[in-house]
This record gives sequence, C-alpha cells and structure tokens, in this order.
Amino acid sequence: MSEQSYLLKGATLPSGAGADILIEGGRIVSTETGAGHGADVAVVDADGLVALPGLVDLHTHLREPGFEQSETVLTGTRAAAAGGFTAVFAMANTLPVADTAGVVEQVQALGRAAGYATVRPIGAVTVGLGGERLSEIGAMAQSRAGVRVFSDDGKCVHDSLLMRRALEYVKTFDGVIAQHAQDPRLTENAQMNEGALSSELGLKGWPAVAEESIIARDVLLAEHVGARLHICHLSTAGSVDVIRWAKARGIQVTAEATPHHLLLTEELIRSYDARYKVNPPLRRDEDVQALREAVADGTIDIIATDHAPHPREAKECEWDAAAFGMVGLESALPVVQTALVDTGLLDWAGVARVLSQAPAAIGRLDGHTHAFEPGSAANVVLVDPAASSVFDLERLHGRSQNSPYLGATLSGSVRWTFHEGFATLRDGVLAPVAEAAVR
Amino acid sequence: MRHLLSTRDLRRDEAVRILDIAEDMADVQNREVKKLPTLRGKTVVNLFFEDSTRTRISFEAAAKRLSADVINFSAKGSSVSKGESLKDTAQTLAAMGADGVVIRHHASGAPQVLAQSDWIDAGVVNAGDGTHEHPTQALLDAFTMRRRLHGTASRGRALDGVRVVIVGDILHSRVARSNLWLLETLGAELTFVAPATLVPVGAETWPASVGFDLDAALAEVRPDVLMMLRIQSERMHAAYFPNAREYARQWGLDDERMAALRPDTIVMHPGPMNRGLEISSGAADSAQSTVLEQVANGVSIRMAVLYLLLSGEREALS
Repeated sequence: MSEQSYLLKGATLPSGAGADILIEGGRIVSTETGAGHGADVAVVDADGLVALPGLVDLHTHLREPGFEQSETVLTGTRAAAAGGFTAVFAMANTLPVADTAGVVEQVQALGRAAGYATVRPIGAVTVGLGGERLSEIGAMAQSRAGVRVFSDDGKCVHDSLLMRRALEYVKTFDGVIAQHAQDPRLTENAQMNEGALSSELGLKGWPAVAEESIIARDVLLAEHVGARLHICHLSTAGSVDVIRWAKARGIQVTAEATPHHLLLTEELIRSYDARYKVNPPLRRDEDVQALREAVADGTIDIIATDHAPHPREAKECEWDAAAFGMVGLESALPVVQTALVDTGLLDWAGVARVLSQAPAAIGRLDGHTHAFEPGSAANVVLVDPAASSVFDLERLHGRSQNSPYLGATLSGSVRWTFHEGFATLRDGVLAPVAEAAVR
Repeated sequence: MRHLLSTRDLRRDEAVRILDIAEDMADVQNREVKKLPTLRGKTVVNLFFEDSTRTRISFEAAAKRLSADVINFSAKGSSVSKGESLKDTAQTLAAMGADGVVIRHHASGAPQVLAQSDWIDAGVVNAGDGTHEHPTQALLDAFTMRRRLHGTASRGRALDGVRVVIVGDILHSRVARSNLWLLETLGAELTFVAPATLVPVGAETWPASVGFDLDAALAEVRPDVLMMLRIQSERMHAAYFPNAREYARQWGLDDERMAALRPDTIVMHPGPMNRGLEISSGAADSAQSTVLEQVANGVSIRMAVLYLLLSGEREALS
C-alpha cells in the first residue's frame, strides 16, 4: 500500500460539483473544497479535469498464459492504467484455458505482482472452451481468485442444453454467464458484417441474425431458469431490440457494447486494412446509432473494451488470414467521450456508470468503485476532457499495436490514474514497473 | 495507370482506352511476327496462390508477346504453402526486381493489400481475388461483346443499351462482380439470374436487375448477350441447391432454351465449362458461342493492361 498522500485540487466530480479530493492510506478521505492537509501531501492541479471512479473493464484479453508475444498481465495492466482502468476482468481464452482454479489463481497473482490494476480472472464455461462439458466452475468460484464471471468468449456456448445448465449452475455461486453470442453455423469462415458491402468486397458475411438469434434464445433460457445472463459485445440494432424486450419482461440480463462498435463502421473495410477486422464485426451506421442510444437509455448497461492484442504479423497480411481483434484499453475513454459525451448522449455521471459502477456490479467486484464517498477505496481517474489530439503510437502502452484509431483525432486524455491510492499514471506517465511491483 | 485492382473505379474513358489498345494488340496477333519489343527488359511475375492454368498462361503469353521476361511463381509446393506470408513473398519478388506482379489469390482484397503496402513498388494486376473481382476477365468479356456487335467499327465505342443476362453462382463469382461494374460504366443493361441462395445479400442495391427464373428473364429481356457462369461442385455439398440435375433443369442453358434465344444472341462462358450442367454441348459449340474468342481476346486485353501498366508513365488508375 502506498504511503504517498495526494490532494487532487479543483477536480470536477461526475455530478458536476467541484472537489478537492484528498487521498490518504489508499482511501478517499475527503472531497471538501478548501479543506486543510498535511505538508507531505502531493498536490495535483486538477483544475479543468474530470474525476471519475477508477474504470472497470469487464472484457479484457491479457493473453497470459500462452500468448505472451501479444500481451502479458504486466503489459496489459500497464495499458489499463494508461487508459484510466483500475480493474480488469481477464478473459479465459488463454493457453492453458482458464478452466481450473490453478490457472485463475495464477492470473490473479500475476496481476497482484504487477501492481497496476486489480485483475479479476474470468473462468471458462466449458472445458478448454470446447463447448461440451462444464468446467470446474465451483472450484474457480471458491478459489483465491473468487471467480464470478464465466465466459467462453471467442466462442459461443451454442449448445442450448449446455447453456441452460451453465446458467443454472452458476446461480450457486452468484455467478453470471457472459455469452459471446454467435451462431457458429451461420458464421462459418465469416469475415465481416453481412450486407451489400460484404457482397461487393467479396468477404464472407457475418449476419446480424447470428448474434440476435442466440441472444433471443439465451434471454428466454435465463428467464426460464431464473439466472443472470450477460451479453458480451452486442453489435446490432436488432440485438438492442431483443435486450430492450427482455428487460421490459424483467429478465435478469445485462448487456455490453465495445467502444469500437460505438464509433466505427464497416465502411472502413473498403481498405482491406486488417486493423479493422474484429469479432463481432464492425456494423452499419444504423447499428452504431442504435447502440449509442441504447447506452444512453440504459438498455446497454456497460461499455467494455474487448482489448484483443495481436502481434504485427497477425495483421500485416491479407484480410482472410488476419486475426480478429483490436487493442482498446488506452483508447476507450477518448472514444466514449467522442462518441457519447461530445454528442450529448451521456454525461460524466453516465460515463462513471457504464465504465465503472455497472461493470463492477455485474462482476461482483466489491469495494472497488464508488461515488466519491469519504472512506471509499481510492480508485480514481482524472481526465482532461478539453484535450483533443491525434491518437498515435505514443499512446499505446501494451505489447501490441493493433489499434484502429492510430492517426484518428479523439477527444479527451487520461492524465492520472490512482489504484488503491497508488498513482499508476502520473500526468500521462506510467509509474515505473519496479515501483508498482513493490507496493 | 499504376495498378489494375478492380473494374469498379475504372472510368468510362479509361475502360474504352483499354479496349481500344486491345484492338491494336489483336491486330498484332494477326501478323506473322506476333511479338512487340515494348516491354523488353521488364520483368513480370505471375504470382499465383490459387491454381489457374488458363489465366496464368494467358498472362504469360501476353507478357511474352510484349517481350517482357516472365517468372511464374506458384504457391503450390513452394515456401508459401509452408507458411510464408504475402509480405515475405512480395519482398522477395521486390528484391528480384519485379516490375509488374500479376496476382491470383484466394483471399479477397489481397491484390489491394499488396498494392497499398510498401513491400513492393511494382505495378499490380488483379488476376482474380477470392470472391471479389477479376477485372481482366470483365474487360475481355466487354471486348468480345463489342467485337461481335460492332466488328471492325468497334474502336471508341462503349456498350450503351446492350442487354446482358448473367446466369449462375453470382454469390461466389468474381467474374460477375467485375462485369457488374464494368458493364454499368459502359452503359449496358445487366440482369443477374440465379437461385436465391446464390444471390448475394444486398444485390438489390447493385446496378443490375435480379431474377430467380431463367425462362422468365430470357423471355422478358430478349438479351443481346447471355453469359453462363461455372457452377462448382462444392456448392452442392453446401446445400445452395439440391443437386446438379435440378440446377441444370432450372438454370442451365440446355438445347431447348438455346433454340428459343434470338439467333443473334451471343452465348458466353468464362471457362472452364461444365458441359451438361450450366451449359449444353450444343450451346457451347454453336456459332453463337464466343467461348474460344474469349480465350483469344484474353491475351489481347492482358497485353493492353500490361502495356499501360509497365510502359511509360505510371499513374493511378484505381
């Protein structure tokens, strides 16, 4: 635990109120303007900066163990800190797959050792993501990692009976199934959104119905067995309609959208530039608009990055051969500001909700996020909303550089990130590795 | 002309110019000495990631008749099949001093990726990429139509008002896509006919009519040109239609449909044909068929394209 105390002077809280945020002993001690403080307190000039609770990413691929050429827990959590995240949920599609207590405990321990963010492993729903047998969900839930989110992300739990059993089984542990909604038969070798553009470009289509039909089935299953269901990276206007209907019926479903599905459209694929290849694929402008409105009205509960690092050679090739996925931790907040705040759809309290409070609640991440009440854990991020700049390689801090935003102008810049009172990002500069590791 | 990647961005004057230069090249083919010295000292690489003997030898003949040196690089049995990337292959060819790369690739967009990259500075000709485009095929088709319709008075003309029906696997056909854009640019009226399973999603936004019933389309359009596309057997296994018999009955050009055509309707096929499936032998071998003319014209078109790409000033075409 860091001993350094901070006073974030003149910050603007999500509510719009001004505050001097005093951080001591890893906690927020006071937000009172003009309150006195000791001489050993480091004063941060937060005039013009927005203070948010530390961001929580429910959907991160840290790649370790198994794919360390793309990312490690250390490099991924550095990217997280640079993006204002203080907690990340690490997806299970590692090698070995996170389907046993041993693997999830290892990932959590690596996160703790790195010291840049809280790492909460996600457990696989099925053994080896094979879609055939349930993995040791109970053992993972009761391990030191305390897993509460289970997902075969990257693959859909498509067998209806297995999905039903998974939804039922996790109730024992207050868990949630996070479904990657993709009918595998309707998307064999699919390369991009199916529509007039995929037909023109000659790329195999990934139809919206392949997502929407799985979501429709799963909300009905969740209703039938009375379980919690979370839908990962929802990407189509039709999916929004299904979720809206399910929520109106009182079904316990939550939904997530990624930053890229809120800003980018399939038109970018005309370049055949594989940086735009992602799963689910970039959709039409109508879908982007529907997703934005759904975030604004609460139909979509959270924004999560689906940060998916890949090495250069996986993207420097023809479209069909390229890997799916984009890095997104460092760009998430600027994209959300550009797509939702600058357009008037979401205020900063809304940003705090969709990027911190709601994902923490879904993932049962207790005591992490807050509304700046004194006594809360000092997970805080300071954002400069007035900064507008070209997103370049300097902004990327993970091991991979497959960002679709390189060269694009985005609003907002994360200046400071505090994780349990420790400054992981200091006026745009990451804390040294050695310093973070010995906290 | 820097690269030829698609017909979609080809302007009308550019397209007509290619066809006119191909007329000049065709004239050379009738001379005793068929060879021109135009590309002497230039190296053209035929980079084929997908088997296509016909297209490769057509490009090879075209390059050789322009006196270029030709290197054939087939991915089968080479380092490419052992996992060498497009980037490494391109850089290897660049290091060998290729001036032009004729690329056939199973992935849509691979020629564009190559042309946009800094891996190689050569002019790139798309010789068929995935289910995207096959621009020289569409150009040779247009050339063939123009010659049949206008004979020696072809130079300078487009295809205004020419009624074309293309039948078959539109969904997977790069020939259909390249013809779509080029025929639109040249002023022709295009109708696609296919089983609904083989019509691409969004085809209603294309500059072509789409029908499912071949007999109805032929009766209504009374086409100047009828083009039959090859049906690949793997489509049957993927349940796009029940079997070959049913396909032939519904969408094949059999002798009966052939007899019902206008006597001056020309019958085209990009080859290789499945005789008895999408086209009967009677139709394929009839005087109305242009199948062999298409092959001969292919060399002239590819000579024109290589000439524009590799001689003199190289400017952006598409």
